[in-house]
Amino acid sequence: MFALRTDRIFQWLCLISAMIAGLLMLGFFVQLSLSSVSTWRQFGLGFLVSNDWDPVANRFGALPSIVGTLCTTVIALLLAIPLAFAAALYLVDAPPLLSNILSHAIDLLAAIPSVIYGMWGLFVMVPIMQKHVQPFMVDVLRLHRLPVIGRYIGEYYNGFGIFTAGIILAIMVLPYIYAILRDVIKMTPPVLREAAYGVGCTRWETAKDIVLRYGIRGVLGGIFIGLGRALGETMAVLFVIGNLMDMPEDIFSGATTIAATLANNFAEADCLQRSALFALGLVLLLMSFSIQVAAQYYLHATSARRGESRS
Amino acid sequence: MAIKISAKNLNFYYGSNQALFDNSLDIEERRITAVIGPSGCGKSTHLRVYNRIFELYRDQRVTGELIIDGVNVLDPQVDVLELRRKVGMIFQKPTPFPMSVFENIAYPIKLHFKLSSKELKQRVEQALRAASLWDEVKDKLKNSGLALSGGQQQRLCIARAIAIEPEILLMDEPTSAIDPVATLKIEELMLSLKEKYTIVVVTHNMQQAARISDNTAFFFKGHIIEYGPTARIFTNPKEKKTEEYITGRFG
Ligand SMILES: Nc1ncnc2c1ncn2[C@@H]1O[C@H](COP(=O)(O)OP(=O)(O)OP(=O)(O)O)[C@@H](O)[C@H]1O
Ligand SMILES: [Mg+2]
Repeated sequence: MFALRTDRIFQWLCLISAMIAGLLMLGFFVQLSLSSVSTWRQFGLGFLVSNDWDPVANRFGALPSIVGTLCTTVIALLLAIPLAFAAALYLVDAPPLLSNILSHAIDLLAAIPSVIYGMWGLFVMVPIMQKHVQPFMVDVLRLHRLPVIGRYIGEYYNGFGIFTAGIILAIMVLPYIYAILRDVIKMTPPVLREAAYGVGCTRWETAKDIVLRYGIRGVLGGIFIGLGRALGETMAVLFVIGNLMDMPEDIFSGATTIAATLANNFAEADCLQRSALFALGLVLLLMSFSIQVAAQYYLHATSARRGESRS
Repeated sequence: MAIKISAKNLNFYYGSNQALFDNSLDIEERRITAVIGPSGCGKSTHLRVYNRIFELYRDQRVTGELIIDGVNVLDPQVDVLELRRKVGMIFQKPTPFPMSVFENIAYPIKLHFKLSSKELKQRVEQALRAASLWDEVKDKLKNSGLALSGGQQQRLCIARAIAIEPEILLMDEPTSAIDPVATLKIEELMLSLKEKYTIVVVTHNMQQAARISDNTAFFFKGHIIEYGPTARIFTNPKEKKTEEYITGRFG
């Protein structure tokens, strides 16, 4: 009888929490939509593809912020994923003491407040980028001369910009992706790994073809968590991205992200600009939301195709 | 009869725990050798020396010699990837890779051989036929290997092992996780495979050992107590321990 009652209570609690979460989500959408009505009325969907942000003339376009957000996020993931994978792979088999120490060190990266990353970025990273990394990329490697992608790497630099922000973001999302990859590797049944080695796989082949595929759901989950964090990260980016409302020319350009634009402009914004900022917020929310939905859908589809029942 | 594998004085250690003591065993070519003995006596451990899979673990080590075709394969100079191509392993629980049925076979082939896609397809079909699985899966080659039944998965693993043209097959209780009908299929398969391969099989099933094996080794507490033709071991064991075990008086 008592067990039955606690069961009921628990059920209710779950239901209520689920409803609160759903209502909150809905509330965000409604509030952001209502507050941005005048922007949509004025510019329509053109708001999304316009790169004109001129508060004096009362013209607003979201494209530079959107592009900045996407570029920094992509750079962050391109750097963080291979690094996290290599670290997880190496540390799982490393001697226990070393593995524990390094593992905890990476975990601790997640405990650093993002404003600290921002300050560190500004005072340490930016000078290093300007004096060493970017000169190396431009003058030694001459990456800007590469066909096709060279155009987006850029020749002129000052330490700030999309690339620097991407690196900081990469360090910030690294612990999340790493933690999940580590669990995925640990959860692979030892006998499956032995089977892979048993047909003559090397360590690397076992990792990328067997372990990674076996844990693909977890891996993608980890990447999406990283993606979500990188998309919305504000403070750290604010310090190093240069905060220019123009379309970035290349990855060394100063730029902005949606989150940075919001944080920078709300204080002095009025009427139409305010509404444009809310519209940007709505875009960001929709971006994160649709990525999560796409991820869920993809995971669902792949698990059905693989004939698995684990959910 | 030609000797394919010759283990000489193998001592095996898990950290400071010794699991095998002075194991010496000559395994005949193209015969089925059964390894029997009570739980924890070192059967799996002994097998895991043959393809050096134990080396994946930091604290496991072995001393002694393991001569395959005249070469001591425990020598660090020996190419372990090539050794593992030559010595296939089948585990107690089927271990299909997380990929399609076709890829399960094609993947290890691609690791070791450079083939055109036509040759690859032929090789995959050949291996699946040899494992008597072709008729059951030919219409679902694109499906996940994980979606097959347990018995089919185990034959898939056998197909995967023979696809890379090994010479030796190690099987560690290959039928203990599957039903009797599927077990019979795998036993028949093993009998047909011994035309080409040297097979070493660990089993807890005395009838199975008697049905399919040519020679039998009885392990006890890490020692090889008795080794000889299966018929003799089962009808006329020399050691008291062996007799007690096969008549089910302990174990
Ligand atoms: N990973 C390990 N670490 C430490 N000791 C181990 C490990 N694996 C096995 N052992 C020990 O080595 C001995 C032999 O084990 P092994 O697995 O070879 O036995 P087995 O004959 O295959 O038994 P079973 O019939 O139950 O499979 C046992 O005493 C076991 O406790
Ligand atoms: Mg065993």
